[in-house]
Amino acid sequence: MNLDTNEYGKFVRARAPKSPVLKNCLCAFLVGGGICAFAEALFHGYLALHITEENVKTLVPVTLIFLAALLTGFGVFDDVAKIAGAGTLVPITGFANAVASPAIDNKSEGLVLGVGAQMFTVAGPVIVYGVLTSVIYGFIYWIWGIAV
Amino acid sequence: MAFFISLLKAFIVGGSLCVFAQILIDKTAMTPARILVLYVSLGVALTAIGLYGPLVSFAGCGATTPLLGFGYSLAEGVKKAVDERGLIGALTGGLTGTAGGIAAATFFAYIFALIFRGHPKK
Repeated sequence: MNLDTNEYGKFVRARAPKSPVLKNCLCAFLVGGGICAFAEALFHGYLALHITEENVKTLVPVTLIFLAALLTGFGVFDDVAKIAGAGTLVPITGFANAVASPAIDNKSEGLVLGVGAQMFTVAGPVIVYGVLTSVIYGFIYWIWGIAV
Repeated sequence: MAFFISLLKAFIVGGSLCVFAQILIDKTAMTPARILVLYVSLGVALTAIGLYGPLVSFAGCGATTPLLGFGYSLAEGVKKAVDERGLIGALTGGLTGTAGGIAAATFFAYIFALIFRGHPKK
């Protein structure tokens, strides 16, 4: 077969598996939206139990983190995440999974250098950049308060 | 009725924020770790310029549950602490605002690491 580069490009594109971007986005929307709606329902549920709003604001993410870490332990989280993609990654469940998954998988390396150290391989950078930007914001906000 | 509308708002806003990340994953080959870092930093920045607060008022947990909301909690914590304590609040506020989430993730992950065995990667 004699093909120039252009024709070869077409040949490859026609046979490459179609990137299912639309399907991925739909899954991410439904699962991610579902988790957020569940969180909202929890919020109303806790308020109905006469817990103060400030505590509910902490209790809702804590509940989601607990459930995500538990499902990671059972090995269910990864199965759902494979289909949901960003739908389970972006909500706080993704952060909890990022902490729990390496902690559980590296248990054989010991409780200090395995569980303790590996726990923050992915979640660590999140905290680093989150704290970094928030300190910068705090500094600018403070200067702003003095200047204005 | 108001209850179901709040669920719907949370569903649509939270779902949409996940779709943005999914497009980034599919179109730019960004790793999940980079997405999480981007979302947290973006959450702080959007809160700082006053855009994220209104979204939280509108969508509730639809805006606070995605990792952008983690950034929102960091920024709100810093703002509150600077108002109360001055410049030192820039250092103390962020982790104070997110202490519950970070401690919960650490504690539960440790307990479950003791209980469960690792799963072979498929």
